[in-house]
Formats: sequence, C-alpha cells, structure tokens
Amino acid sequence: MRTGRRVIGAAVAVGLALSASAACGGGDKKKDDGGSTQGSELKGVKIEVAAKWTGTEEQNFRQVLKAFEKQTGATVSYASTGENTDAYLGPRIAAKNPPDVAILPQPGLLQQYAAKDQLKPLTPDVVGEIDKNFSPYWKNLASAKGQTYGVLAKAAYKSIIWYRPKVLQDAGVNPPQTFDDLVKAAGTLQDAGQTPFTIAAASSDSWTLTDWFENVYLSQAGPDNYDKLAKHEMKWTDPTVTTALQTLAKIWGKPEWMAGGLATATKTKFDESVTQVFGQDKAAMVYGGDFAAANISTTKAKVGTDAQVFPFPKAGNTAPAVLGGDVAVALKDSKGAMALMKYLASPDAGRTWAKLGGYLSPNKNVGPDAYSDPISKQLIEAMQKAGDSARYDMSDLAPAAFGGTPGSGEWEDLRGFLQKPSDVKGAQDKLEADATKAFKS
Amino acid sequence: MTAPKDRAPGDDGTPPGDGTPQGRESSPGAADTTAAPGGAPAVAVAALETKAGEAKAGRTAKRARGLTPPSWLSLSFLLPALLLLGFLVLYPIVFSVVRSFFGANGHSFAGVDNYTGIFQGHDNLMTVGNTAIWVVVAPTLVTVLGLIFAVLTERIRWSTAFKMVVFMPMAVSFLASGVIFRLVYEQDPNMGVANAAMVAVHDTFKPGAGYPGAGPRTGKDARATQQGDGTIVSTQQYQAGQSALLPLLRIKPEDLPKKPVQAVQPPAAKPGELTGAVWFDFTKGGGGVPNQPNAGESGLSRIKVEAVRDGKVVGKATTRDDGTFTMRKVKGDGAVTLRLPKSNFTASYGGAQWLGSTLITPAIIGAYLWVWSGFAMVLIAAGLAAIPRDALEAARVDGATEWQVFRRVTIPLLAPVLTVVLVTMVINVLKVFDLVYIIGGGDPHANVLAYQMWAESFGGGNDPGKGSAIAVLLFLLVVPAMLFNIRRMRRERA
Repeated sequence: MRTGRRVIGAAVAVGLALSASAACGGGDKKKDDGGSTQGSELKGVKIEVAAKWTGTEEQNFRQVLKAFEKQTGATVSYASTGENTDAYLGPRIAAKNPPDVAILPQPGLLQQYAAKDQLKPLTPDVVGEIDKNFSPYWKNLASAKGQTYGVLAKAAYKSIIWYRPKVLQDAGVNPPQTFDDLVKAAGTLQDAGQTPFTIAAASSDSWTLTDWFENVYLSQAGPDNYDKLAKHEMKWTDPTVTTALQTLAKIWGKPEWMAGGLATATKTKFDESVTQVFGQDKAAMVYGGDFAAANISTTKAKVGTDAQVFPFPKAGNTAPAVLGGDVAVALKDSKGAMALMKYLASPDAGRTWAKLGGYLSPNKNVGPDAYSDPISKQLIEAMQKAGDSARYDMSDLAPAAFGGTPGSGEWEDLRGFLQKPSDVKGAQDKLEADATKAFKS
Repeated sequence: MTAPKDRAPGDDGTPPGDGTPQGRESSPGAADTTAAPGGAPAVAVAALETKAGEAKAGRTAKRARGLTPPSWLSLSFLLPALLLLGFLVLYPIVFSVVRSFFGANGHSFAGVDNYTGIFQGHDNLMTVGNTAIWVVVAPTLVTVLGLIFAVLTERIRWSTAFKMVVFMPMAVSFLASGVIFRLVYEQDPNMGVANAAMVAVHDTFKPGAGYPGAGPRTGKDARATQQGDGTIVSTQQYQAGQSALLPLLRIKPEDLPKKPVQAVQPPAAKPGELTGAVWFDFTKGGGGVPNQPNAGESGLSRIKVEAVRDGKVVGKATTRDDGTFTMRKVKGDGAVTLRLPKSNFTASYGGAQWLGSTLITPAIIGAYLWVWSGFAMVLIAAGLAAIPRDALEAARVDGATEWQVFRRVTIPLLAPVLTVVLVTMVINVLKVFDLVYIIGGGDPHANVLAYQMWAESFGGGNDPGKGSAIAVLLFLLVVPAMLFNIRRMRRERA
C-alpha cells in the first residue's frame, strides 16, 4: 500500500519527461545488441518480472535488470503491476500464468501466497546467498512453514523526520533526540510563530499515522513486544499500547501544532504533507520515510540543504528503526527465476542500485560507500547501526484488511484517535476489535 | 435477435425493397403484423408477381425461398453472438452469484453470511445509508436541474452555446472530474475554490483579526493568561501612572509587519496615564531575556488594549508601530487589569470542511451534479421541443400564468421524459464509483456500495465472496429500474 503512494509521488516527482520515456519503454524487450556477451549460461532464457514501480523507480530497476542480463545473457522483461499488486497477480496466478518473479510490496502478501502454495521455495543456492547477506530477521520475514520464499530487494527507512533547518535554527531549536525533546521543540516552534508539523491523515494516506505509532511503540516497548503485537499474539488493549498512544497524544492532541489544524490534517495526503512543509513553508517538520525525498524534489527545496532529516526521537530505550520494503518472490520454478533471485540477493545488485539513488539496501554487505548522496549515507548508517533491533513496518505485516486498507482497520482507527486523542481506551478497543476480525479470517 | 428462429421458412415473405425486416423484428408487435401465418406467402407472391412481371413463376419461387434463410442457418449466424454474450454476460453473473455464497478462500461455504454482512457493523451501515442518500438525492437533483436548464435555455438567444457549456462536463472523464473537485474542496482557502469563496464572503462582513493564534507565555514566567475565547488578560494589576509589559508569543511570520519595528520599553507614564508595550517576545535563534523587549524583537502594532476594573472597561488604547501604547485617561480610581480583546486574536475563518465527515457525501453528490445535469438537460430539452405548441398556446389564451403553464401543461406532457431521466440516473447512481474513490479516498463517511464492492474484493479486503455478494445486491437493486425502463420503451413502441 504505502509503497504505492510513494511510487505515485516519485512518478510525479520526476516529471512527465521521464514517465513518458518509461511508458514508451514499457513494452519493448531489451535490445540484445551484443551487450550480453559477458555471460551466457542463461542465453535465450526469458524471464518476466512484475513490480509496482513506475517512473524513476522503474528506470532504476531496469538498470539493475540490465546488469543481470549482461551477467547471464538472459532476457528480462518488466511488467508493471499497477498500484494494487494483489489485484494484478491474483488473477494471473489463478490463470496459471504468473510472471517468473514478482516483487511484493508487503511480506503479508508473501505469507498469503505461501499459504496457498503459490510460491516456489528458493533453492539452497539462493538461500545460501541470503544467509551471507541478510540478518536472520529479514530471512524469517520472507519465510513461511520453514521454507524461505523471498529476498528483501529494497528497503524503505521509516524512522526519520524531515525538517527545515532554517526554521529550527531561527527558533533556536536543535534536532531533538528524545520524544520529550520533540514535544518541547514543537512548543518552542509554536512560540516562535511557526507551525511545528504537517500530518498526513487523509483516509487514503493514514498509513503515516501507523508509522508514527510503530516508531513510538518499538522505541518504548522494545522489539520483542513489537513482534508480539505485530503477530497479534498480544492484544491491542495491552498497557504498552496505552502508553504508546498516550505518548503520541502529546503531539496528536495539539491541533494547533498541525498546519491548518485538525480540519486540514485529516484531509491531507502524504504528498501534500511533504510539499506543505518544503514547498509552501507551512510547517517545520513532517514525518516521512526516505522516499519523501522524491516528493521534496518536486519543490524548490533541495534535499540535504533546505530539507534535512533527524532520526525519529527515542520515546523509550530503543532507538526505533522501522523499515518497509519490497520482497522479491519466485512464482515459477524456472532456472531463470532462481538465477534472478540469487542476483537480487547479492551485494552486486544492491551496489548497482544504490549508485542510481532513491534506494536503500537491506543487504548488510552493501556499505554506505555504495551510496552517492549524503542523506542516503546517513540513513543507511542509522539503519545498519540498528542491526538486529530493526523491525519491519507492523501494519504491513498485518492482514491487509487491518493494516493496509484506506478507511478501515488500523489506518482509520488511528485517524479516529488523532481526532479524539483523549479517548485512548476507546481507540484501543477499536483497534483490538478490528485486529481480531482481520486476523481471524 | 430471437425473432428469426421462431419463424417457419417461407413464412417470411417480405418482398425485396419493402423496408428492413431487422428493424421490425426488434419489436414483437411489428413482427406479428408482417408475418401473419398463412396470409403472408400470398401477399409476398402477389407482390413479387406484380413487381417482376416478366420473370418466370419458377424463378420467382426459387428466389423467394432463397430470400428466407433456413432456421439452422440463422441460428448459426447468431451463435457467435450468443456464445459471446453467454461468456461475457451470463457466465460472470452466474459465477458471481455462486461465488457470493463462499468465503474469502472460495472453498468454504458461507451461506448467506456475505449478504447479512453487508448490513452489519457501523461502517457497513453507513455505506448502505450513503447509497440510499445517493439514490434519493442525486437523481432527483439532476432531473430538477436538467429541467430548469432545459426550460430556461429554450427562451434565450444563445441557447446552443449555453447548452454546450452545461453539457461539456460530460466530456470530462470521471477520474478527471474527481481530481478537479478534490481541488475545489481543498481545505486551504488558498487552494480550494469552495473555501476561498466562503472565506471571501465571510471576510467581507467580518474582517479577520490582526494576529490570529497569538497568545501569552505560559508557565512560571507568565505575564498574562488567555481565556477560552482568545481574550488575553494580564495577571498583574496596574495603577494609573504605571507602565505595563505585555509580551506575546506565537505570532505567525506572515502577520508581522513587512518591516518589523524594534520593540522598546514603554514610555514613562505621566500622572493619570497608563502606558505599556505589546511585542513579539521571541528572539530569532532563541535566547534573549523573557518578558523584556530584547534586540531583534518586534513591536506589534494596531493591537487594541483595554483597561478593566470590576468587569467594566475604563480605558482604551491602540498600540503604535513599535508596540507601545499610552492610555491617556483611566476613569475612576483603583487598580485595573489590562485586557487584549479576542478580536485581536480570533483564528481566521477557514471555510467549511467540505471533505469532513458530514459534508463529504453531499460534496461528492455536488460533483456528480456538475457532470450529469448537462446530460439530463439535453434529454429534457429534446422532450420539450416535442411538446405540441398549441397546448401551451391554448393554456396561455385561456389566461394561465407562465407558472401555471409550466406546472399544469409542460410538466405533465414532459412526465415520460422526466421518468426516463430519473430512472436512468438511479441506475447510474447505484454504480457510482470513480468520484467516491477519488474524492473520498476511502473515507468511510463517503463510502457507497459500489466502492465497497471493489474494496472488499480488491482494495484490501481480499474477500471476493463479500465483494460478489455486494455485486449481486447491486444487480438486484438495478434490475427493477432496468425492467421499468424496458417496459416503458416497449409500451411506447406499441
């Protein structure tokens, strides 16, 4: 879900020129003009990859695929799934005509397909490559019933807050380290006449609220509780959730800290929340993953100078590191599919991709040096520092009905909480009821 | 399409050049008259004989037989169409009905749970309720608007141009209309034209305050408190001859004067006077002594200050450019508190919450009207043109007012057309999706059944069973309207 919104942002970001060229290149096969001389073990093998990327993201991924073609001699074609991956793949799987490899925006989808035996388990060869390059948490995430099915191809780092350095300087505020500092900083910014935040809480984009919650919760309750809550082994009525919501209410309970107040916040989409801060100077800070850079680049603000990031402040003992990411899975048992999976798990692919920008690799053997821009370097350092306590976005692990549907489940429940932050208990009851319903089916 | 096969070969003796048989076949009534059993061949032969007098009788008979295809032949021509229809229309309908009785995975039998589920839970009921609102309100308004436009354009000179403009939204895709109206309803008055209009009207009658959102410092350094309505009252009491400091915070940069004037200490008060300073007590970059006008802090001009004793205003002043004020006369004796009335600070009017929980469905219906009223207008205008003028003339000659003519003559004569428009719109409204998807963006307050159908099956719900149940329900709801339309059409032809 959320990567989809991001893709839209990116596509818009880069402008029509790029998307137009992407569209033109959409159908054609890669030119096989002798470029594939270096490798030939897969000569003549055709592989189809489906992912939801468009625009620059698609361009960059095609570059990575080109490198794979060069290495192996295979011919790879790219198919865009559109925003709703399941709606695209579901019918193709049912028709027994799936692409060789698909990139799923959520591990939840991987579990769903794996439960129906629609995925091909990775060969030991590929699993070996994963063991070499990924921490066990990521491997488990892409595994079901003791089998490994997926490779985390691309990560999104969601524990950051973007800000305008000049505004913070004018107000004499330093980037806060703890959540209480953040609250204090917001107060000072308000005293200085600046609006501290924009919040994207439109029904369609309330995933930003789940991300706020996840960062606070991971930080306060720790990774173990986080895992339990993610699997719904712990109830949403748990006291740890109460504390997290109360902590959030320190900011969410202050409509005067949101640009345009609650009325605007509850109708703001993610893209708008970013451009309101950096294009229209309506506020000082906005929550957004690394992918917000694409939105910022549509404004006159420059990432790195006019737009900087600080890590999501600690609300407890753990420095939160919440990640999103796209998982590659094999849907056909072909030789080409496994070779591509292995390539995607290798540091080679990560490095090629990292150089192109707009990409963070969950591969621990792709060091910060592989990245070209300073912000990515800063993010990848923070991400690799978090190491084993980094966690995958909780709402993306939940069944889509709870964690991935606009207007219902966790999205809408937290949106309700934002509108009525005094009612922690009511919010918890609603969350629990919705979670129970979604996890049961 | 079924007509040819229930005719015996030879029955159909339509002579060449006698109209198109297909045209008649589509209406059973017409078919009866041409293909009266027994009589038809005779007529045909007679017609042919007179027409082709020089031709031999044998040849004529041969040609007549050649003109009527045998039923197996016509069937085989129809077969592809029938197969295609069956495959594209019947099969999906039957499959959806069957699927609606199964759970999310497609194997477990769910009985009627999927159907009862549509009416369970707060959000689902809201969806059903919204659909009901749509069905009742939207077609009615579209028809009424269409009628008004049609009647009015009939009398103006540039009616074609006007009609074209009203009809133009039909040429815009729903998705684009949705995007347009999302922008129209944007909350920020600087972006959304709906709120811009409301704010413009509001501010004409009630201009905004100078410093919306401003307030005093809180905590131990507080010099004043802010009441619930925005009024700021000094904590300290002052006597005539004293000077007061009233620091304020939270002044928005855009509310400060273009060239800020350095805040200063208030001038010394002469006997009987009360002086003071109101300024933005925030030093750029932080620091500075709180509650003192430091270098770089700017005075706040044109703020109204009142001196209050026992709830009565006993003195008034307005701040100068540097934020200082002098109250020349303070009535009576004794200490006073200083008050900055709320009119200085009330938050600016931001317009209505078009996409808020209460207005969102009406707002989307508004967008729908924009798109469809042109369609209704064109249909109704056509009906209007067909009304016999003499009926209207007669009514006018009899002394009816224009309103009476409209109410008693035009509307009854137009009733058939109005019904067609209304019923067509009902069918259309039940299927409304694009606008709800784009403008509502999933907000449960905007949901309708057609959107819910998509959301349950593909948009995250991942339960084709529930989605199919909603689809079947929608189908059942549309069927009466369809039947009504079809029957009307038949009656008209007969």
